[in-house]
Amino acid sequence: MAIRQCAIYGKGGIGKSTTTQNLVAALAEAGKKVMIIGCDPKADSTRLILHAKAQNTIMEMAAEEGSVEDLELDDVLKVGYGGVRCVESGGPEPGVGCAGRGVITAINFLEEEGAYEEDLDFVFYDVLGDVVCGGFAMPIRENKAQEIYIVVSGEMMAMYAANNISKGICKYASSGGVRLAGLICNSRKCDREDELIEALAAKIGTQMIHFVPRDNVVQQAEIRRMTVIEYNPKCNQADEYRTLAKKIIENELFVVPEPATMDELEELLMEFGIMDEEDTSIIGKAVETA
Amino acid sequence: MSMDKQTTQAMIDEVLEVYPEKAQKDRAKHLAVNETNGEGKCITSNRKSQPGVMTARGCAYAGSKGVVWGPIKDMIHISHGPVGCGQYSRAGRRNYYTGYTGVNAFGTMNFTSDFQERDIVFGGDKKLSTIIDELETLFPLAKGYSIQSECPVGLIGDDIEAVAKTKKAEIGKTLVPVRCEGFRGVSQSLGHHIANDTLRDYVLDGTDPEAAQAEAGEYDVAIIGDYNIGGDAWSSRILLEEIGLNVVAQWSGDGTLTELENTPKVKLNLVHCYRSMNYICRHMEEKFGIPWLEYNLFGPTKCEESLRAIAAKFDEKIQAKAEEVIARYRAEWQPIIDKYKPRLQGKKVMLYVGGLRPRHVIGAYEDLGMEIVGTGYEFAHNDDYAKTTPEVKDATLLFDDATGFELEFFADKLKPDLIGAGVKEKYIFQKMGIPFRQMHSWDYSGPYHGYDGFAIFARDMDMTLNNPCWDKLTPPWKQEKDSEAAAA
Repeated sequence: MAIRQCAIYGKGGIGKSTTTQNLVAALAEAGKKVMIIGCDPKADSTRLILHAKAQNTIMEMAAEEGSVEDLELDDVLKVGYGGVRCVESGGPEPGVGCAGRGVITAINFLEEEGAYEEDLDFVFYDVLGDVVCGGFAMPIRENKAQEIYIVVSGEMMAMYAANNISKGICKYASSGGVRLAGLICNSRKCDREDELIEALAAKIGTQMIHFVPRDNVVQQAEIRRMTVIEYNPKCNQADEYRTLAKKIIENELFVVPEPATMDELEELLMEFGIMDEEDTSIIGKAVETA
Repeated sequence: MSMDKQTTQAMIDEVLEVYPEKAQKDRAKHLAVNETNGEGKCITSNRKSQPGVMTARGCAYAGSKGVVWGPIKDMIHISHGPVGCGQYSRAGRRNYYTGYTGVNAFGTMNFTSDFQERDIVFGGDKKLSTIIDELETLFPLAKGYSIQSECPVGLIGDDIEAVAKTKKAEIGKTLVPVRCEGFRGVSQSLGHHIANDTLRDYVLDGTDPEAAQAEAGEYDVAIIGDYNIGGDAWSSRILLEEIGLNVVAQWSGDGTLTELENTPKVKLNLVHCYRSMNYICRHMEEKFGIPWLEYNLFGPTKCEESLRAIAAKFDEKIQAKAEEVIARYRAEWQPIIDKYKPRLQGKKVMLYVGGLRPRHVIGAYEDLGMEIVGTGYEFAHNDDYAKTTPEVKDATLLFDDATGFELEFFADKLKPDLIGAGVKEKYIFQKMGIPFRQMHSWDYSGPYHGYDGFAIFARDMDMTLNNPCWDKLTPPWKQEKDSEAAAA
């Protein structure tokens, strides 16, 4: 069977890396062969699998060696929990250089070096929060990720971001095979969060593939640089990730999204009481001083 | 040949027919029939070239590094970015200079940060800093550095200003960050402007003209916008010195950083290439009260006109000397005209050049009895065309940012005996059997400025135009046909 390549997008800080690694750990536990490609200069996409602070990144190593051509796959590919293969693209510190180019270079390197071996079942790209430039769209271009999962919560800005990412997918969906495969709700314990995300999913023509409840055990595992699956395999939260993994294995709903307009999105938020009816009399008014 | 306005306009209308509607509408604005009274159509210039056409234009980096900054010989100009921009622009412009290359002069050398993948991803500023340290060790006599930005530097946001500031504090030399990324603007013209602005901010603003006032002389002038191509500035400088002026600085052909710094003390700025350096002249006029005057030393007529105009800005002593010089050189240039004019009389010339030559060289051709049938600029602005209109005859064809197709079409219709343009045009027209001179680089010859330059100019035009090779271009099979036809 062909490798299923999936990319995880979502608003910054929503829990993409944590969700991805727990999901991947669950897939590995189920006997799947998986590779994670971290596409974020912060390089924190593999630490829970490798029990490491941060692994050596492709771009860092390439800078040390001179150029990316001097690198070997073994230098950058590490194997962690459950045989999960891990690589990090890496990139510059904030404010300098071009992180997007780093992602492009890193992915090209992996392809040329044959990192996408035939025995793999899944490849997951964990991509930096906002698709700020073409480089961060690299994972969803031709011959790369076909399935996009967006991590979202019931918070307004997370939903805006999910909708924006859908717009980005539309652009590449018309020229290639990339499809939106579902929203993963990483709960923030907002009111009626599951209903809201289901409504949003319906609006943009996809599904909420799973609702991951909030649980402190995730935090406890993270402190130990572990996934929940490995740290406490018997807890409820581990089962939640297993369910998510199962749903993804069985997923067949791949769509070209129909992003909502700004008005539609606000309507939805008002319907669920997250946003009040617009009161134009308060716009631009500061707190009254006594 | 007598040209009339209807014929020229008909030619313009015909060339436009090939374009699709949108391009046609745009290109129509860039082609005009000259009217010396200035009442003709206002030609549109300094606009983005149409996609899909062959344009001869350069980029902002070319305007800054290649034109304005590059010739300053005792500074090192670092091409910051991938290797190509610096390497392919190296030494091609023939800015002559004296000095020991690699010791105290660096004009024909290429210094580049040679960007690799990692410099794009992690930023090139650390590398830039290292390069300056290395250059300090290797070339301790360099007086300063300019950092010429190539395209990627603007995309990744390298903070070259910060590097320049830090290094300046460290080594105590002038360091000039120039934001001349190639994608900025529509042609090299914006690069000239950006380079002028950095000359103002990083060279002139640091100088104090009052402090050095005692050294200033009453006949001090600066040559501005002469890049000493093939030695042009030298053959101009001789004349200025002979009429009694003291040339303090050359901007920037064979120029030094110290000369630039001393310029705010001069009495008059003499502008050769207005397009690329009018900005700094206006600044010096505003800040230091230095007047400026555009001059033209191509051909004896213009030499005399310009020497008189320059002398008129000074006292009678200079004016008398100017007349003396003018009279003395007549004995030199008259024999040149006597020799070459009979060989060149009535020949038609089509020009397509850069900053000033499409108008400035006209006089030199006319002195040899030649006629300009069409002229145009790659990157001019409106004021350049306003200055051109009185220089060419009525009904002459004017073209702005001409496309490859247009130039070939015009050559076919106007049947010029000589085309003067750049290297991009040269081999096309030579293969078409049209005598051609490169008028950017003087075709590896020069100088063409001043009386000395005129002798070389006249010789070059003659040896190109009257070269026997042009008769040899008919291929053997055609020759046979012709002879057969003649026999039959």
